[in-house]
Amino acid sequence: MTLGDAFDILLCLLILTAAAGVIGGRDLFGSVALFIVYGLLLTIAWVRLGAVDVALAEGAIGAGLTGVLLLGAAAKMDDGAGQRPSFRPGALLLCAGVAGGLGWAVVSLAQPAAGLIPLVRENLPVAGADNPVTAVLLNFRGWDTLMEAAVLLIALVGVWALSPEDSWGGRSGLTQRVRVDGVLGTFGRFLPPIGFVVGVYLVWVGTSAPGGAFQGGTVVAAVWLLAIMAGVVEPPPVASIRLRLLLMAGPAVFLATGIWGFAAGAFMAFDPAYAKPLILAVELVLALSIAATLALLVIGRPRRPQ
Amino acid sequence: MIADVITVTLISIGLFFFIAGTAGFIRFPDVHSRLHALTKADNLGLGFVVLGVVAQADSGWSVLKLLLVWLLALTAAATTAQLIARFALPPGERP
Repeated sequence: MTLGDAFDILLCLLILTAAAGVIGGRDLFGSVALFIVYGLLLTIAWVRLGAVDVALAEGAIGAGLTGVLLLGAAAKMDDGAGQRPSFRPGALLLCAGVAGGLGWAVVSLAQPAAGLIPLVRENLPVAGADNPVTAVLLNFRGWDTLMEAAVLLIALVGVWALSPEDSWGGRSGLTQRVRVDGVLGTFGRFLPPIGFVVGVYLVWVGTSAPGGAFQGGTVVAAVWLLAIMAGVVEPPPVASIRLRLLLMAGPAVFLATGIWGFAAGAFMAFDPAYAKPLILAVELVLALSIAATLALLVIGRPRRPQ
Repeated sequence: MIADVITVTLISIGLFFFIAGTAGFIRFPDVHSRLHALTKADNLGLGFVVLGVVAQADSGWSVLKLLLVWLLALTAAATTAQLIARFALPPGERP
């Protein structure tokens, strides 16, 4: 057993321990905190497997953004501090069944599994992206990514639908009271420019190196949220036409390129001659839409009258 | 070889600060001293780990990226520590 094997076994044990802690935690807040730890450990696991793209997505979205969403939800649900959520045998059975089924599916895979790696390698020259992960996400399996973008948008529509009549169309979240020259105010002006550059860079390198619309978009969403929390900018009103155009631009451009694919023979088929600029355009616009959607999902429903 | 020795030494020093910070986080009695232990680990521990990795970097750009990671972690740790520390004060004593 090499040192690397020992590290991997230790990492797996830590992941399992964190997962058990999430389920058996004493209270909601503790469970959510452990869920974030679990996500970060999973990120290391993806790095160990050489899947840096997935690691970035897991760290930014799985641990970071989902963690923030769950923290917000737990704060709203926690009526008696430290109260343990009630035990539901049906949910336990369902989760155990799904986990067991997934485990069985993985174990029963043919060994050695060839997978789709040779097929992806073979078609990479005409995919318009040097990074095989981006080639799969934006070209070979563009369908899935389009659906993901649509699901995010629908989730935000669902959150907005919860707003009461008098605040519909108004700004999301509450007014932030922050001293301009205070610690948070200064941080909120210092970090966003750097974070914005990092986010755009992650999208830009996505075609040839680990990165992409979801990872870069999450970074941009995070610094936008910070600027909002620090009182530097206000979230736009939900009724704003410009905001709605920004939110739907990504899925719309993606869908349009998909329809244009009919010219190359089928829905979502990219002509190899245009594949690279098309993928880059879709990624950039999609990243901005994803950033806006994720940030507004975290801020929540409109709370202030228009 | 020399680079490896430097890396192992610096990362060991960094790990010492992380272990000390973790011990302080578990053992210290109140929020403010625990914050002190945690930010010490972030600042010095991560600093030494980054310097240790810098010795293995193959280009100037990698060095700059690593130092940027440390700078960002420093700023974030200092800011959140301030915010948590202020929130932990009794309401009458908050500045």
